[in-house]
Amino acid sequence: MKKQNPIIGIVFWSLISLLTLFPIYWLFVISVKPAVQLFSTPELILSDPYWGNYAKVWGDRLLRSYMLNSVIISTGNAVLCTVLGFFACYALSRFNMSGKESIFFWTITNRMAPPAVFLLPLFLLMTQVYAVGDWNLLDTRIGMILVYCTFNLPFAIWTLRPTVDGIPKELDEAAYVDGASPWKVITEVVFPLCRPGLAVTLILTWVFAWNEYLLAATLTNFNARTLTTGLSEYVTTTGTEWGVMATISVFTLIPALIVFGLVQKHIVAGLTFGAVKG
Amino acid sequence: MQSKRLGWILLAPTLVILFFFGVLPFIYVVYVSFHQWNPFAVNPEMVFNGADNFRQIVFDPAFLKSVGVTVMFVIFAVLSELILGYVLAQAFMRDFPGKAIFRTIHTLPLIMAPIIVGSVWKLMTTPSIGIIPHFLDEWFGITMNIGTSAPAAFATVVIMDIWHWTPLVTLTLIAALVSLPPDPFEQAQIDGANKRQIFWHITLPMIAPAVVATVFIRLMDALRTVDEVWMLTGGGPGSATRFVGVHIFKEVFPKTNYGYGSTISVIVLYLTIVACWLLYVTMLAPRSKKD
Repeated sequence: MKKQNPIIGIVFWSLISLLTLFPIYWLFVISVKPAVQLFSTPELILSDPYWGNYAKVWGDRLLRSYMLNSVIISTGNAVLCTVLGFFACYALSRFNMSGKESIFFWTITNRMAPPAVFLLPLFLLMTQVYAVGDWNLLDTRIGMILVYCTFNLPFAIWTLRPTVDGIPKELDEAAYVDGASPWKVITEVVFPLCRPGLAVTLILTWVFAWNEYLLAATLTNFNARTLTTGLSEYVTTTGTEWGVMATISVFTLIPALIVFGLVQKHIVAGLTFGAVKG
Repeated sequence: MQSKRLGWILLAPTLVILFFFGVLPFIYVVYVSFHQWNPFAVNPEMVFNGADNFRQIVFDPAFLKSVGVTVMFVIFAVLSELILGYVLAQAFMRDFPGKAIFRTIHTLPLIMAPIIVGSVWKLMTTPSIGIIPHFLDEWFGITMNIGTSAPAAFATVVIMDIWHWTPLVTLTLIAALVSLPPDPFEQAQIDGANKRQIFWHITLPMIAPAVVATVFIRLMDALRTVDEVWMLTGGGPGSATRFVGVHIFKEVFPKTNYGYGSTISVIVLYLTIVACWLLYVTMLAPRSKKD
């Protein structure tokens, strides 16, 4: 393309980066301020950080249990979706089943539907239909793991499909000729070859599950409540604990940022259902 | 080569989970939408009322208002994101050091949970603690209160959306611009076309599929948006930021108006399916033809 002074590009993008980073920086600033200082004149440069909010959040048993729930639910869901998505992709890729392309497209429509639509029926189904005696799926970790499959499982299938399609069929056939069982072919031949694609899928599904709020807010009360819902509990009509809210946000943000570093090249493909190869 | 049975066995867990948590809720919500049902009312029975809910929705000012607000939001936010995203993508096409770092920073908002984005902007814009109203007041003498001023709340939601989603547009358009062949541009320059002609007659038609795809994805997101707006404004003040998703949430849970809430859900679901189909036709179908 055109030759131009590189300084212009650097200055322009530095400004844009400043705008992008400022809200995240400000979140951190609020989280290290004691409540009394929040209402004084805002200082742009951080001085004398106060770690009381972090101690408070970390010391809160309820929030710690929310954190644990978040970790268990997103990890369980990511593993489940990646494994089931892999099996589904293998089936779609290797077998001549009738209507398989329709099934493939239909899976993604589950993800496109607005979650607000599913809140009510899921709430009703989980309290009344998916129940045994007094026990029901509402407010359970396994319930949330299964509910999150509605958006993560289609995503896993769509991101894994090209990977599985890309493994030559001749490899499977050679293994069959050697007398391997289908299970062995899937787990010991194809699965290891798909490892890079599986890793990306695992991480992105994990982030989506970790970030989810609306379904968790509606379908959990206490036992399976996640960190993102804990956040909104600090916004009340009687007053908001801003510092604590910012601190929980930082706690929720950090794991997502860490794993983001691992897959940042693939995030656009993830958010456009694989249509754009970032 | 092998029995198709194995294929179905491998697909079965996926189909079972999506049936119980995707299809069954859908059938259930369609069923409930033909009933009047408020489990906490004097009469908690489900009463079949035919298409009454659907008739009511056409004349429901609250619902129509929420659709109108959503449409306004989509127009303002998506248009700004497209223009800004295109400018940024073009700026990215030139060579300068540190591109990878700038790209990484620009991608950051995409990974943030919508609920966190909502709380970040709440921290920045709430009167008395927010930095934005503080400096607007100090420097320009403007009073900004998203709790009472409908335009301020709406504008904040739009700006928040631009901050959150412009990177997606930028990255999509960078991908589109990188894949453009150089020949038509060189030819146009030889023929003496000016920059504006090149943009309207060559660049834009060639990146149109990517633009359309981005618009549809953002459109569906706008119908889904609840978390950020719920956190930032709660749909208020009044109904200024009460988008369709927020409206359904409010109708169903605080009001426990299950029958009518289901009807709105069915309508929104229908709109989403239409959007999905358009997305598929414009973006995904041409791509699979190429493969």
